[in-house]
Amino acid sequence: MHKKPKRYSIFSLIRNALSYHENWQPAWRSPEPKKEYDAIIIGGGGHGLTTAYYLAKNYGLTNIAVLEKGWIGGGNTGRNTTIIRSNYLWDQSAGLYEHALKLWEGMSQELNYNVMFSQRGVMNVAHTLHDVRELKRRWHANRLNDIDCEWLDTNKVKEFCPIINTSQNIRYPVLGATLQRRAGTARHDAVAWGYARGADAMGVDIIQNCEVTSINVKNGQVSGVETTKGQINSKKIGVVTAGHSSVIADMVGIRLPLESRPLQALVSEPVKPIINTVVMSNTIHAYVSQSDKGELVIGAGTDGYISYSQRGGFNIVEDTIAAVVELFPLFSRMKMLRHWGGIVDICPDASPIVSKTHIKGLYFNCGWGTGGFKATPGSGWVFAHTIANDEPHKLNAPFTLNRFSSGELVDEHGAAAVAH
Amino acid sequence: MSTKISFTFDKKKYFGIKGETLASALLRNGIFLVGRSFKYHRPRGIISAGSEEPNAIVQLESGNITEPNVRATEIEIYDGLSATSQNNWPSLNFDLGSINDLFSRFIPAGFYYKTFIWPPKFWEFYEYFIRRAAGLGKSPTTDDPDKYEHLHYHCDILIIGGGISGMYAAKLAAKSNLKTLLLEQNSELGGYDLSNTDSVRTRKLSEELEESNKFKNLKIVKNTSVFAYFHANYLLASQKINKKNLRQVIWKIRAKKVVLATGSIERFLTFHNNDKPGIMLANSARKYLNKYSNKISKEIVIFTNNDSAYKSAIDFHKKGVDVKCIIDLRKQSNGDLVKEAKDLGLKIFFGHVIINTEGKKRINKVIVSEVDEKIENLLGNPKKISCDLLCVSGGWTPTVHLFSQSRGKLIYRESDATFIPDKSFQKEVSIGACNGTFLLKEIFEETFNKMNKIFNEFGIKIEEKFEEITKITFQDKMQHAWIIPSNKNFKKTKMFIDFQNDVTAKDIKLALKEGYRSIEHIKRYTTTGMATDQGKISNVNALGIISNLSNTPIHELGTTTFRLPYTPVTFGAIAGRHIKEFFDVERTTPMHQWHIKNQAKFEDVGQWKRAWYYPKEGENMHQAVNREVKATRDGIGILDASTLGKIDIKGRDSSEFLNRVYTNAWSKLQIGKCRYGLMLGDDGMVIDDGVTSRIRENHYIMTTTTGGAASVMSKLEDWLQTEWPELKVRLTSVTEQFATISLNGPYAINLMKKLCPDQNFSRENFPHMSFKIIKISGIICRVMRISFTGEKCYEINIPSSYAQALWEKCFELGKEFNITPYGTEAMHVLRAEKGFIIVGQETDGSVTPIDLDMSWIVSKKKYDFIGKRALYRSDTIKKDRKQLVGLLTNNPKEILEEGSQIVENISNLPMEMVGHVTSSYYSPNLDRSIALALIKEGIEKKGKKIYIPMPNKTIEATISDPVFVDPLNERLNT
Repeated sequence: MHKKPKRYSIFSLIRNALSYHENWQPAWRSPEPKKEYDAIIIGGGGHGLTTAYYLAKNYGLTNIAVLEKGWIGGGNTGRNTTIIRSNYLWDQSAGLYEHALKLWEGMSQELNYNVMFSQRGVMNVAHTLHDVRELKRRWHANRLNDIDCEWLDTNKVKEFCPIINTSQNIRYPVLGATLQRRAGTARHDAVAWGYARGADAMGVDIIQNCEVTSINVKNGQVSGVETTKGQINSKKIGVVTAGHSSVIADMVGIRLPLESRPLQALVSEPVKPIINTVVMSNTIHAYVSQSDKGELVIGAGTDGYISYSQRGGFNIVEDTIAAVVELFPLFSRMKMLRHWGGIVDICPDASPIVSKTHIKGLYFNCGWGTGGFKATPGSGWVFAHTIANDEPHKLNAPFTLNRFSSGELVDEHGAAAVAH
Repeated sequence: MSTKISFTFDKKKYFGIKGETLASALLRNGIFLVGRSFKYHRPRGIISAGSEEPNAIVQLESGNITEPNVRATEIEIYDGLSATSQNNWPSLNFDLGSINDLFSRFIPAGFYYKTFIWPPKFWEFYEYFIRRAAGLGKSPTTDDPDKYEHLHYHCDILIIGGGISGMYAAKLAAKSNLKTLLLEQNSELGGYDLSNTDSVRTRKLSEELEESNKFKNLKIVKNTSVFAYFHANYLLASQKINKKNLRQVIWKIRAKKVVLATGSIERFLTFHNNDKPGIMLANSARKYLNKYSNKISKEIVIFTNNDSAYKSAIDFHKKGVDVKCIIDLRKQSNGDLVKEAKDLGLKIFFGHVIINTEGKKRINKVIVSEVDEKIENLLGNPKKISCDLLCVSGGWTPTVHLFSQSRGKLIYRESDATFIPDKSFQKEVSIGACNGTFLLKEIFEETFNKMNKIFNEFGIKIEEKFEEITKITFQDKMQHAWIIPSNKNFKKTKMFIDFQNDVTAKDIKLALKEGYRSIEHIKRYTTTGMATDQGKISNVNALGIISNLSNTPIHELGTTTFRLPYTPVTFGAIAGRHIKEFFDVERTTPMHQWHIKNQAKFEDVGQWKRAWYYPKEGENMHQAVNREVKATRDGIGILDASTLGKIDIKGRDSSEFLNRVYTNAWSKLQIGKCRYGLMLGDDGMVIDDGVTSRIRENHYIMTTTTGGAASVMSKLEDWLQTEWPELKVRLTSVTEQFATISLNGPYAINLMKKLCPDQNFSRENFPHMSFKIIKISGIICRVMRISFTGEKCYEINIPSSYAQALWEKCFELGKEFNITPYGTEAMHVLRAEKGFIIVGQETDGSVTPIDLDMSWIVSKKKYDFIGKRALYRSDTIKKDRKQLVGLLTNNPKEILEEGSQIVENISNLPMEMVGHVTSSYYSPNLDRSIALALIKEGIEKKGKKIYIPMPNKTIEATISDPVFVDPLNERLNT
């Protein structure tokens, strides 16, 4: 067993500063894989790391490996626009995302790692009568589900976010908005690192640069994986590989109802605080917030084709920027500093899969599409439950693979804040 | 004669010389302190002369043309230019934020992850201050008055970079007669050679190229930076125009071949206190000296690990600046430049390094020490040398950004510690410094050979070589030392790598120590290379230091991804003209002007502007809609329904095609008849509806919803092309070719008779759900008798150009029947009174036809249709699905809010919801409110009471039938 890591605090920071930061420990170890684990998590992104963390924390399963083909948090965890909210329409989604939001609210303290969860509010703007109807429907549903949500008329929108263009003479004027005040943003990398540190402290082996090349199955039960670091055995394997889930599923002949598409985002050069909240618009398709560093963080839509290339078409960026300039004309002279793409895996109903499979001991957590970041802690929580008990948690029971044959879909296409 | 130009910096007036950059002008005025760093607010000066500048970034101008984070090294001064330093308070000289520097020990890389955790509620408070401290310049706060354009360009050869290699490539290409485009990011051609005193070659080449009309196939565009390289040789460039009506242009270029001649960027050296104002890249200083005749300094020290910096020493010396000494960390060099420096009597300290610098807001001394061969341990006693400028050269980094963006693979070259292009992924070649080719003679040869290879592919051969024989300048090997040792303990040093983000060598050590070992983790943990310069100077140094500290060969580390854009691009330019009135072009019907003239209020439906209601003077919306609804039921209501999608379906298998895409059967529909259809997704959920008419045996016209027209069309095409290629069917969208005038009401038939006196409108001859081609005023129209109001209705589809005339004629002839235009709101009320659905309002992608109580439209006999299988899944056949019903509030005056949720029992939160209100209106015909709703097992619950809990009250209502008016359809058939 390894030593428990020292806690972070202002005092440890000062103490270490006095010794010129020579005595910090690694946030997580870099162990070589053991021959066998009680459970293997394939994929060291946010959802994989939280799964390992909660397996250890909630179920005492500490003999666990997280296998990551590159570096942890290098997939969509490090490539999103960091928006966190739980204002979903359907009860099933609201339950899952609200559980996640509650975990976000205590995350920095729980992990002793500041993930900078900033509850600056998320505003979903309506531009047409249809938008108003749909957003009000969601507002009322949130209200009755005891999820904080408010309806703002145009004047209140302006009051809450003074720089938004509320002129009624623009192409798609602002007719109102929903506001979830508890929603906000967080530092995405810190989430991966914080959970990695927390899981590692409980004994989880985080193994980077270890690509799974095949999954071994004996008599309908998984027995382990072949990796670039050799064979590793386990009777429980959780797959959390987002855009590449179909690739892993293909190794055992499972076809997942997923499409993988490029999703793009970008940041501007950093400026002093100018926008105090997160603004999302479905109709004209723009979402904007400002990071602690001062960069405007802007999300674009998915490309209209299927691809594993982490770069999308520039026309999508053009449309998004035009929409941003339309809503915030003052940003016209700001400059795009950095742009990136990720691969998102989208289910036909735009809801995730957190599920057992017909192969015993093999579990999938995927299909989070364009909105997986906000779910990170909740996703790991329920997936850990599913793996530990070989049964879904009540919050992810609606999100099985079976729903695609039963038809019990949770269609968030129209209902999601931004339907991609 | 040089022209003096006045400008202001931090509100103080200065003079510069026409043609020079703001950075040059500031240096000319002795201003070395130009900015404060991001984190520690350390004083910072200009360190480069180009787009790689991390320090000298300013807020340009003010008011509505202000621009944050502008590199002073890139803007040419103009009369009245006004720039302000950023990230300091109260002033650049006295910046309170610099207190951070004193506490820098307590705020190393990633400190914020370890603190500000408790108490949880305080993060908001901490964050307020962190955010105020972060950020550099200020966002504009008013609208941008400028305009931007996009431009498409196709060429045979695109040459990026107008340095020597690029110019020579352009000259060769020009002679080849291939269509060639040469782009240069600066305002003149020449590149690196512009910093030479004897740039004769460059001048000759550029003059030849730019001689007007000499090369008709060659286009040269300056001030244009290529910022993105996509697949299939698609590249984007941003051109600065800075004219009143046009600020910037984005070029979208497709090139058959791309020639990358993007040059290289000088590298810094990492030593203690290497960030003081007055420490500059050696060749940048030389550029200021030679190109702008700007001596900058009186006493200069050079610190280098390679021969190239000797040029700076020689040039400064020749211009009369006191070159105190050259500190060369190598044991020796036999390069020609070194020999020349020796001959000039310049003092050279081989095997020496700079271990520290002094001076607060400008360097005034360097501390020099002898060093061992491995550059690890200091020897002897350090000595102080005073100076006011320190020129540093750590070698050269080929600019491989675009090559990497093109997905080309890099290879590491040990000899000069550079990553150079290895395998191309696209049709592109790299020439000159960006390919790691630095010697002039080699550059010419490489360019000639590579260009000829390209010409060969086009079947062209160019014989002429560059005539001038260039002298080979021998350059001795550089020696890289990623960290320069200091007499201070490493843990106490401040060796900056990323100047703007204040990342030091020891921050990298800390990251490694804490387990952040992947290059991407280190980048993200320390933020190195993430500033506005995106690490153009610093990235290779960061890699080298990681390699050094982690004992990993640099080529095993890999590089971080080179992302677009190469240099930041203005949002306005990216948006181009697609803003304001062109953001999403409005679609209007042929009668749009009439609607405007008649005071219509409009509603956005998809891209369409639809008349919403037509208030008469003094009327509010409610009154107007009531009047329109009443008039339609009593006289004639006329609706502009032109926005409905219309798809022309032709071909042998048209009936079979409709059988597959709609739930009901089509083969037996008679010619001249209309039928309503529901279209499902493959999940069995309703996605569209509309009436389709059979015009001939193999010719139908389909109507879709307004919002669904485009997506239905592409879905139909998708099915035809990918699923059923055997069907002979052809689809044409005719939405805009025909306008639709819908005449509704008991007197609609009277108006039709007046419009077409020759026609027989009897029930037998023209019954409900039938179709006729009728000449109206000589124009062939397609008239359908269908109804979305429950009234007798004729929908006239007329070629668009005649539509307004017919529309007006309807009013003329319909006056006696009180013909009244009604908008979408009245249309909604009228259809809701009849319980007709609107797809997208009563449905949301989770509603089947059975849920809508429309099982009559779902064929049980048909072999298959889209969504059929899904309708028999366990969830779709279960009993307790949500179903469409009517709702009547107990208080008839109460109008429910659309979207409000319905419960059966009032409880504490969370409350169990059983459905929601999809449509809700006041019905003037019933003089009460009506609503439609989707409610769990609603059909069986008719007559039952339910509740709608609103924020401030709970509304009671009773579930009813969704048809409120004329349930037996008597009005249609009388």
